[in-house]
Amino acid sequence: MSTGTTKLDVVVSDVVPVNDLVTRFHFRRRDGELLPTFSGGAHVVVEMRDGERTRLNPYSLMGSPLNTSEYTISVRRDDVGRGGSLFMHRSVKPGLEMVISYPVNLFSLDLRAKKHLMLAGGIGITPFMAQTAQLAAEGGNFELHYTCRTASLGTYADVLRERYDRRIRLYHDDRDERIDLDRLLSSQPLGTHLYVCGPSGMIGWVRDRAAALGWPSETVHFEHFAAPQPGAPFDVTLAVTGKTIRVDEQQSLLEAIEAAGVDPPYLCRGGVCGQCETNVISHDGKFIHNDHWLSEEDHRSGCKIMPCVSRFEGRSLVLER
Amino acid sequence: MAAKSIISRPVYGTLSPQPGKHHLFIADAEGALAIIDMAKTAPAGFFDGVEIVFIPGSGRKHVAALEALRPAQFHEAPSFASLLPRLKQTLANAHMGLRLYLAGTEGLIGQAMQVALEAGIDHTSIQTEHRGSLARRMQCVHCKGITENVTTQPATCSHCGLLLLVRDHYSRRLAAFQGVCINAEDRSEIPPMEEIFR
Repeated sequence: MSTGTTKLDVVVSDVVPVNDLVTRFHFRRRDGELLPTFSGGAHVVVEMRDGERTRLNPYSLMGSPLNTSEYTISVRRDDVGRGGSLFMHRSVKPGLEMVISYPVNLFSLDLRAKKHLMLAGGIGITPFMAQTAQLAAEGGNFELHYTCRTASLGTYADVLRERYDRRIRLYHDDRDERIDLDRLLSSQPLGTHLYVCGPSGMIGWVRDRAAALGWPSETVHFEHFAAPQPGAPFDVTLAVTGKTIRVDEQQSLLEAIEAAGVDPPYLCRGGVCGQCETNVISHDGKFIHNDHWLSEEDHRSGCKIMPCVSRFEGRSLVLER
Repeated sequence: MAAKSIISRPVYGTLSPQPGKHHLFIADAEGALAIIDMAKTAPAGFFDGVEIVFIPGSGRKHVAALEALRPAQFHEAPSFASLLPRLKQTLANAHMGLRLYLAGTEGLIGQAMQVALEAGIDHTSIQTEHRGSLARRMQCVHCKGITENVTTQPATCSHCGLLLLVRDHYSRRLAAFQGVCINAEDRSEIPPMEEIFR
């Protein structure tokens, strides 16, 4: 059960290929009304009915928050992932009726900031599409540094340059262009907030350098939806409901719990929001923690797990569910 | 040490060296001792990036001890009001990586934090340590006048003269505790005045 979110009945109004890997999907409400208001950085969870399987994947809203006649998301095709992005690319066509969650924002702008410094890597650009539109509309001070593999895979780089000109700085891996991160972080005026969205290695690098250079943690915002990683199947006992379930190779622990008819709370399904945090009653084996929510101490304690992205290897695992 | 009462009542910590390139210390009177204590645990070279702004009060006590820490810059000011333009200038020209440390009386910590908040520093990222007097800066909710160095309960508003109950309710925006008329029903009722914020 998704905490605090109601579902929206939508229809796919447009499907637009953006480049070799990324396709954009437009959703409108089936009843023709406006969609709920959202703020830059918000995401929706898209329900994908793929035969017997239901996948629930989070995607950042990338349209302007000023326009709620439609929602847009951009999906990067992942050929070796669990199939959600492939389903979107292959099976979702204009006219298809789908269900999405209300928007939830776990990566919002801190509007007290004097300046917003944004760092995007690859498909991590999507929340910034909405945030820059929001800030530009109210005269906000922002600067976006966007790293992409090649110019042709620089999703929306042209749109952003067109809209915001010198506020957008591009870095292309194939041209060996790199952000001079320490210099960038050291030259920002007091009162700047930092936002980073991209691969986890990039997020870790930026957070580490920002902390070392004296950026208080309150000023560093990041979002990384860890897609659940596949892994060896394992068995889990749910102590509260008295069920024993098997988590398949391609299934997340949360999905297996849901498939057994138990509805734990969730919001992001990507290891960042903390909603599905679950207590471990006992275990004999090793946790594979993939979340950004629990502290390192929590990870070491073996007392908690985020079932949306984390797995387990070993003899037995008993959860308080 | 100030006791925790209601949620807006500020709680102060102990200064500790933070990662960063520049470190701005603002202290008054006994607040100097918090900086001197912290210096014992500071990494080598820490004071090369330090500016200390100090309001010693009468007698210039602790000035020599602070200078002996060899900060990159040391500035002595006669009062908070007199250093305000300098402080605003420093913050306006500062970059991310500057860390702020406030030590001394609540009035000093509160007023310096008020300037820092306007400059875009989050209050939770500011190091604070309370030393010295517990005297309060109070705003009268009736006439909005500020009375400095309130040590009694109740206290007389230095602007409108009402007798005020000094509450723990604190405003970071105003850098002041709230004072509310204690005998609004019957002005002839005068509760005893005790000196409790020393």
